Amino acid sequence: MRAILTLAHLVILEMVRRKDIYVLFVLTALLTLIAAAANIFDDTRVVRYLKEISLTLIWVSGFVLAVTSAARQIPAERESRTLFTLLAKPVSRWQFIAGKFLGCWLACGLALLVFYAFFGAVALSRERSLDLAGWAQAISMHWFMLAVPVALALAGSLLWAAPSSNSTLTLVVCFGIWLLGRHLHKVALGLPEPRATLLTLVYFIIPHLELFDIRDLIVHRWPPVPWLFWLGALLYAAAYTGMILTGAWLLFRRRPLN
Amino acid sequence: MTEVIQIEQLVVTYRDTETRATRTVVDRLTFTVRPGEVFGFLGPNGAGKTSTMNVLLGFTHAASGSASIFGVDVRQPIARQRIGYLPEMTYYYKFLTAEELLRAYGRIFGLDDGEIRRRTDELLALVELEAARRRLIRTYSKGMQQRLGLAQALLNQPDLLILDEPTSGLDPLGRMKVREIILRQKAAGKTVFFSSHELGEVESVCDRVAILHRGELKALGPVGEIKHPADGNLEQAFLRLIGWPGAPKPASDAGPADHQPTAP
Ligand SMILES: Nc1ncnc2c1ncn2[C@@H]1O[C@H](COP(=O)(O)OP(=O)(O)O)[C@@H](O)[C@H]1O
Ligand SMILES: [Mg+2]
Repeated sequence: MRAILTLAHLVILEMVRRKDIYVLFVLTALLTLIAAAANIFDDTRVVRYLKEISLTLIWVSGFVLAVTSAARQIPAERESRTLFTLLAKPVSRWQFIAGKFLGCWLACGLALLVFYAFFGAVALSRERSLDLAGWAQAISMHWFMLAVPVALALAGSLLWAAPSSNSTLTLVVCFGIWLLGRHLHKVALGLPEPRATLLTLVYFIIPHLELFDIRDLIVHRWPPVPWLFWLGALLYAAAYTGMILTGAWLLFRRRPLN
Repeated sequence: MTEVIQIEQLVVTYRDTETRATRTVVDRLTFTVRPGEVFGFLGPNGAGKTSTMNVLLGFTHAASGSASIFGVDVRQPIARQRIGYLPEMTYYYKFLTAEELLRAYGRIFGLDDGEIRRRTDELLALVELEAARRRLIRTYSKGMQQRLGLAQALLNQPDLLILDEPTSGLDPLGRMKVREIILRQKAAGKTVFFSSHELGEVESVCDRVAILHRGELKALGPVGEIKHPADGNLEQAFLRLIGWPGAPKPASDAGPADHQPTAP
């Protein structure tokens, strides 16, 4: 466990010192601020609309950060050959994958906290009160959801050597599921066989990231979702992440390094 | 006593990505490295030295044959607990300082923080990087990175040190440092296994050497036994063994038997 934590710490340290994560922060902050400043009328409809935009922005940034940071990890270790020094130490390949995953995922969590804190401050200045339970649910579900793209990008980096093509592909898959995932089985109904069955199958296999998207709770100030649903969602994300990471480990376990 | 490294009938192959043909780069290699020995692993570029070491470190798997370290099959991570390794060429995490790098590696070895601090002080003094210990590795010269590499290889006080061409690209001072470290390990009763081109250096520090050429073992034994009277030095013996035409002819009418490995 200590090896995994050490590796995760290195991942986070690298991200903090790389500084391109700050670009994402500044960009999101700027856009949120512009949106807030444009809101000269204290019209609740406009406020809602702006919250909607800001949250969408945070979701997109979350995906981008999760995928690009995870996709880079293994290729960078191979290219700089730091992987060899590391794996010559008593670190198993499973620990290596787990450490990389944990580092990226924790970094995503920290970034989400910054995003939501900023957005929360802006929202608070408009509305004077926040529904803490709803916010906590939205943030924690968002964070757990991001475990899936992180794991996917890590596994993808073992399949596609170029980090850029891996990032693009993983992002397309994630955005696709996020925006279209819930409609797939309905689309399937209108298709001829065997495509209908195939699409239905896809519908049941993919991790339904859109389930985690409870932005409306914050936008419309709806009451929190049942806590049992919340818990179920977290477990659902954990299960998918575990499966994908196991797949990544199977790919990496016997892979010759040179 | 168990051997430190035991390699038996080791075969390493690579598959050409284009032609899909397999190429054997290490061919039925057999030798052992004994406890407390300084063992030189010699051969021209492309002989298969790094490929052999990659198997020992679990990076690649042998096509056939076996390899073990301290009696443990090299495919098990635990075999690497007592090893220090310096790769042929490497770059360390550029976003860390030397101190942070050694701390991270120390934790991976399961050392406690006090012990890590103590060893970091000692090792950075040994490789003369004290002044730069809080600077990012990004700012290090190649020689400094190589010396940091030596420090990390010694961090777990390894019973076996594996160095892949440790002196290549080092200035005379750095080379002296490497020799000092090898002799220090030997004095402490530790085993050192290293590959090199610097035959003069090898001659002065090694107890035994193996000479590899195109994946085949050409000679094995103490330097004194490998050299013929006509060879003069190890370099000439080396050239003769790998079949370089300009090499001096041995005094006796040497048949192919002389090219076979001598018994360890
Ligand atoms: N990853 C690889 N794929 C294909 N061939 C390789 C690979 N690594 C090394 N080789 C080949 O294997 C042979 C032995 O290489 P190597 O073990 O690096 O030699 P040495 O370390 O003795 O210089 C060389 O002919 C080299 O071209
Ligand atoms: Mg080599």
